Parts: sequence; structure tokens; C-alpha cells
Amino acid sequence: MKILVAIKRVIDANVKVRVNADNTGVETANVKMSMNPFCEIAVEEAVRLKEQGVASEIVAVSIGPQQAQETLRTALALGADKAILVKSDDDLESLAVAKVLKNIVEKEEPQIVLLGKQSIDSDNNQTGQMLGALLGWGQGTFASQVKVEDGKATVTREIDGGLQTVALGLPAIVTTDLRLNEPRFASLPNIMKAKRKPLDEIAIADLGLDVAPRTETLQVSNPPARKEGIKVETVAELVDKLKNEAKVI
Amino acid sequence: MTTLVIAEHNNEQAQASTFNTIAAASQLSGDTVVLVAGHDCQAVADQLAQAEGVNKVLVADAEHYAHLLAEDVEKLVLSMAEDYSHILAPASTFGKNCMPRVAALLDVQQISDITKIDSDDTFERPVYAGNAIATVKSNDSKKVITVRSTGFDALAYDGGSAAVKSISSVDHVGTSNYVGEELTVSERPELTSARVIVSGGRGMGSGENFAMLETLADKLGAAVGASRAAVDAGFVPNDYQVGQTGKIVAPELYIAVGISGAIQHLAGMKDSKVIVAINKDEEAPIFQVADYGLVADLFKVIPELNEAL
Repeated sequence: MKILVAIKRVIDANVKVRVNADNTGVETANVKMSMNPFCEIAVEEAVRLKEQGVASEIVAVSIGPQQAQETLRTALALGADKAILVKSDDDLESLAVAKVLKNIVEKEEPQIVLLGKQSIDSDNNQTGQMLGALLGWGQGTFASQVKVEDGKATVTREIDGGLQTVALGLPAIVTTDLRLNEPRFASLPNIMKAKRKPLDEIAIADLGLDVAPRTETLQVSNPPARKEGIKVETVAELVDKLKNEAKVI
Repeated sequence: MTTLVIAEHNNEQAQASTFNTIAAASQLSGDTVVLVAGHDCQAVADQLAQAEGVNKVLVADAEHYAHLLAEDVEKLVLSMAEDYSHILAPASTFGKNCMPRVAALLDVQQISDITKIDSDDTFERPVYAGNAIATVKSNDSKKVITVRSTGFDALAYDGGSAAVKSISSVDHVGTSNYVGEELTVSERPELTSARVIVSGGRGMGSGENFAMLETLADKLGAAVGASRAAVDAGFVPNDYQVGQTGKIVAPELYIAVGISGAIQHLAGMKDSKVIVAINKDEEAPIFQVADYGLVADLFKVIPELNEAL
């Protein structure tokens, strides 16, 4: 079966982001960008499904600026067979991304679409579910275990009180949680090989979809700063402060 | 204008996050109607009918709503969506699972995890792991929203007297079926609604050492949390995890023990009223957000603290 993996290029998870001077967004100039960590887990899971003989082909897709090509090359180096870049210089909302992905899914006809559970920039946690709804497919979100056999996917999901398992008919959507797997690193020979793997580019306008933004970001501001704390020397002093100063115990 | 709140519950009682979501709904113009989809869930409907801020409770009782699968909740909510200007659910794993499906089929861009309501169409929400706050105006005709429960104080659980009305269910969709559940059993308060939280990180060294924190938690009537490092090391189950990818908490007192304070962890707890950090590394970033810091070996000071309380 074919697996489609959607990946996003985001500000690296270890960068301390800064709100820009005119409060319209965060500083992105000269900031390190990487593949969204949850997307790495999705690529890894796809590769493992291929190694198990479940999947025969992995297609990686990303929607973004020309530079998102680098992120797709990373996915190819990790084991994806081909990549599709839908070029868009605008930062798309998740509804628009889901519509674009639906279009790609209809062309590629995968049996499973793997996505990260959320991107660490917008923190929306929407795209996989939206794509599932638009396609009318079942979904296994926040997956910590995926088994594909007998024409169905059994997905263990991380929920607030513990774990829940659902069985999905195929085709289906799976979004990855942190504990699904530990992504591998791309080896140098594989990075070289990835340069020769196919990477198609599509201009978003050619898809003829309504991707106009539905929301306006009026302002981006810094979160309220906490007042500076103090260091205490002993346990007795800590207990005293909590009892008599903060009055929380 | 009427707001529909989708209740999160376990068929016996509503989760605390449902009450926070009702509080958010009360800040919007118009009435608040609560939808209880479930199985044998009349008790939940009766409970919510008494909550302050609720004007009406609708109950859809069917076997296939017992576990609130996203595909089934989506079809039910869509069948009734035309009567509502705003559709809200808690930003828990339940709300995050269902609501984007509803939004997509209504052709609406959902607003996730709001922490503040500026007006009926303008909301504030944290982005970049809480390192920035975005003020977002929605131009969609309907607003589909998930609510961060720590952003809104719950109203009174009683004093209301809303009417409870049964509504018809929609057939089971069948693209997804419930198989089973493995819930973590705990006597302690639930993490997201606890007044005090004691959290351990990689510095705890092992799962056995968490017993010290449990003793401390029991003395304070606290819930026990953890950083991702502690979960990944297998010290505690993953539903203990506090952070951008785990639970978002804002208790009155948060005690971080052996936690360095990575950006992703801070995203889950930096709105706590008082933060205490106990760490032997003086340079640990957790001290930048802590109100009270104690630079010391946790294996020495936690027993001392347990003794002192």
C-alpha cells in the first residue's frame, strides 16, 4: 500500500522565539528552521511500516515556500520514495492545508495518511482531523502505537486519562504523538541518494482551491512576564515562604 | 446568537474542563446550550442542568456515543450546527480530536486553545509553545473553538435550573470503532484541576524514586506530574506529562523537582500562580520562572520537606 506523509517546515524546536518589533508575528529572519518534530515521527512510522512490508511506497508532501524543499529532502533521506512540494509563499491556515492535502490524496490514493499531531509553531492540532473529515475517513489521533493488518489499522491513542485503542477501516488518517517512535537520523549516503529521488513541485494556484485566510491575526505579543523570584537556602525557609508569604500551603 | 458547548464526560459525570468551557461560553453574547452525547448519560445531563451559565441541556443517548469517537460526534454536531453561532469544546484530547472535523465540514477555520475572549469574534491564544500570544479575529460565519480550561475560571456547579431535552442521535458512522481503554488509576486529584502539583523530571533517576514525590503530594493534597524526560525514561505513565505536548496546568502551587525547565515543559506550567523549583543545577532554566528556588540535591531535600510538612 501507499502511505502519504505530510510534513511541515517550522522554526527549530530549540530556538527561543522572539516576538517582532511591530507585534505582527515572531522573528523568522536568520532563525534555524527544521522539520516539525511530530512530522519526523510520522516519517519514521511510515518508514517502519515499509520495513515491515506493510507499505510499498512512501510519498512525502509539504506545503510552503521553496525552502520547504530542504525539509522534503530530509524526508527522502530518511526513507520516503518521492516528494511533492506545493509551493505557497503565504502561511496557510490548517483548513487550507487540509484542502490541499485532500487534493493530493485524491491524486495519489494512499491507504494511510500520516501527520504529526500538531506543529510547534501554530500549536493548532487540527490538520489531520480536518483532512479526515473532508475525506470522510476515520482517524487515529495522538497515536502511540499503530498496527496495520487484515485491511484495518489498530491505533492506540494517548488520551487525557491514559490510553485508548480504536480500529480504523482503511483508508485512514493517523496523527503521531511523541511516544510513537524514536526517529532515526539520516545517514550521509542516504542524504546523497535523496538528491536523486523525485521531487515534484506544484504551484498552489494551479490547484484551484479556496485557500484564502479566514482569520486575521490582529496582534502577536509577548506573554506576561513573571516577576523575578528568589532563591531560598534551606527547606525550612522554603516552607516558611510558602506558608507565610505566598500562603499556598 | 447561541453558543453550543460540547460536554466532555465519562457517562457518569462531566469533566471539570466542561465547566471551564461553559464559563468561556458565558462571556459570549447569547444563550449557552450544552450538548451531552453519550450512553446512559442522564446523570451528566442532570448535573450540567444545575451549572451556572447553562440555559439548556440537550442529550443524545446512543450506544455508539459511549466513547465519544470523533467521527460520530462530528456527524451529530453537524446535524444541529445551523442553530448556533459558536460551537465550543474543551481543548482536551477529546475536544482536539472532534472539533477540527466539525470545523472542516462547516468550512470554518477553527480557533484552538483560546485563553481569552476579547469579543464575539476576537480571541487570544498562545502560539510557539506559549512564547507568544496571538490575538485572532475570525471572519467565518460560525466560530468553532476549543477552550484552554486554565484560561477560564469555572462558574458555580449549582444554582442553575436549565431544561433537559432529548434529541435524536445520528447513525454510527463506522469508519472508526472503539476497541478498549487503559486508564491510569489514581487516588490523587486530576492533574488539570489540581490546586497543587508536584512534578518530577529526569533528575528523579528512577520510577521508584517518584514514591518520595507521592508522599509529598499526599501531604499537600496535590497531583503528581512529570516532564517529558521522566515519561520517556519510563518513570511514570505518559498521562502525567506536563508541557506543550502533554497537559497544560495552572495550579496555585507548582513544585518542579529535578526538572531543568525546557521551553516545551514551561509551556505547560508557566501560568501557575506560585512556582517552586528544586534543582541541583544553579543554571537550570526553571529558576528563571520560579518564585522560590532551592539549589540542592533533591534526594536530600525532598525527605526533609516531607518531614517538615
